Amino acid sequence: MILVRILDIVIGGLLTGGIFALIAVGFGLQYGVARVLNIAHGEFIMLGAFCAWTLFTKAGITPLVSMIICAPFFFAIGYVIYRILYNPLRSSSASPAVFEGNSMLASFGLLFVIQNVALLIWGAPVKGYTYLAFPVNVLGAVFSANRIVTLVVSVILGSAFYAFLMSTRTGKAIRAAAQDPDAAELMGVRISRVLALCFGLGAMMAALGGLLLSMTSIMLAPVMGMQYTLIAIIVVVLGGLGNIKGSFIGGVILGLVGYIVSSVQPGLSMVAYYVIFLFLLLVKPSGLLGK
Amino acid sequence: MKKGHRSSILIIVALLLLVLLPAYISSSSYTIILISNILMYVVMAESWVIFSGPTGYISLAPAAFFGVGVYSSAILGEVLPLPVVILVGGIASFILAYLVGSATLRLKGMYFTMFTFGLVELIRNLVHWWEVNVTGTVGRLIASEDPLVVFYAMVVIFLAVLAVSWLIGRSKFGLALRGIGESEEAAAHSGVNVDRVKAVSFGVSAFFMGLTGATMCWRWSYIDPTTAFNMQYSFMPVLMAIFGGMGHLYGPVIGATIFALLEELLTTKFPYYYMLIFGLTMIVVIRFMSSGLEGVIEKWRKVGKGGAEGVAHDAGKR
Repeated sequence: MILVRILDIVIGGLLTGGIFALIAVGFGLQYGVARVLNIAHGEFIMLGAFCAWTLFTKAGITPLVSMIICAPFFFAIGYVIYRILYNPLRSSSASPAVFEGNSMLASFGLLFVIQNVALLIWGAPVKGYTYLAFPVNVLGAVFSANRIVTLVVSVILGSAFYAFLMSTRTGKAIRAAAQDPDAAELMGVRISRVLALCFGLGAMMAALGGLLLSMTSIMLAPVMGMQYTLIAIIVVVLGGLGNIKGSFIGGVILGLVGYIVSSVQPGLSMVAYYVIFLFLLLVKPSGLLGK
Repeated sequence: MKKGHRSSILIIVALLLLVLLPAYISSSSYTIILISNILMYVVMAESWVIFSGPTGYISLAPAAFFGVGVYSSAILGEVLPLPVVILVGGIASFILAYLVGSATLRLKGMYFTMFTFGLVELIRNLVHWWEVNVTGTVGRLIASEDPLVVFYAMVVIFLAVLAVSWLIGRSKFGLALRGIGESEEAAAHSGVNVDRVKAVSFGVSAFFMGLTGATMCWRWSYIDPTTAFNMQYSFMPVLMAIFGGMGHLYGPVIGATIFALLEELLTTKFPYYYMLIFGLTMIVVIRFMSSGLEGVIEKWRKVGKGGAEGVAHDAGKR
């Protein structure tokens, strides 16, 4: 019995952590490489979730297919936003530190714009849909099928991205830009294009994360984004900035902690996240895997 | 010198009008509530600038300090006289900010911002959990106060925050703060106790936010953690201060007033459009007017006088 209980917690934590990790990898790309602390990250998650809802309930397109439709769309949005907003801001800011402050504040503006456009389109009442909601027995513990699908898809997306980063030329350019943008530029990396690429990829992963989240029968509302931005921040700090592997591990840890705490004392999982986060910031701001 | 006299006379006249205003329009409590609301945002923005303006540390904690004020008022309002309650709200916020500041202000740049962001949510969730599990009721009923009392309390707090900002700007303490903003290491080498200066100024800025929360609490008849620790109270002051500009005392006042009025006009009928305009304005201001409305005004003034000195000369001097 105890074994089943532990298994239940571990798998439950993994299922939540998978999406957290995906969301955090996108956020990490935007902050770790493009240097934009994107407070509006959660809004892209929200948009992804609402796209899934709209396509599923109005057009009958299943969320897994919507992912393929939405990915290039959100990548393009992110790319364009970087080119017309953050790139000029980067050239006009006196120093990288000034740019970090300015770009964060601009992302506030973005947050308000996206959230309120969504409120105008979809309205404030919560929405939801059910998809693949039948129970599946995993080694004695029972979970709904959609959660297992989300974990599988997050792992596939995460690994694909890791392979892209490690084995392609563009991936190398991204890693170089993360280490030292100026040196990368001197080595012939077209830096503004690479940073825009990172921002676009980040937006895409957020939206895909949102699409996956929406499958797990959660309530969708235009104001839902903020909590996921916070989770992304916590995971990124936990795993170490700009560390993809760290983001995955951080996501899983946070998922586990959340699952354990909420099974012991419901309502305190958010508090547990913050306590870990605040503690980590004070003790080891470079993250668990940081130097 | 002469210019300085003229503007101080202008300011005094404006303040007198503000204080005497209710005598003329006492029939309409609407105007009084509206002005109290504007003053709330003005004080929040102005006190945010006390710490974040010169040091460049972007704090997203105002909602935490505002909420602490609100809750102090809600808890103690029945047992203590009003001025004491408001003061307790401010002092509670000061202590919280001083402790948090001492522990966290060595975090650099964005890490500090993330920390303050988490702080608001942590406190909100804790209070909520406490109410659910310990006291057994979420939220509290409050016996509302006369709008005129709230109004005069806000006027006093407004004057106090202006005076304190002005004094800090002209003191050695303010110089130390600006030094920290320029270069923390250089400031430390010049004999500034960096940690203490940062923690104290963070506390002072939180003090006024606590006072504001403790005062505005009386406008509501019911509060819960979601209204008291609403992230809007963190975002609004920051954006208003940046919109208005942070180089002079009047910058945040203009920024906050314009948006508080816009909110009043739009929020009941078109709430989403108001926030949409807010967001767009933010992006435009950050992209094109880095010193806010104030930068534009100062430029006009310089052009008008034919002076050759740049606007940048004034930046940071309050």
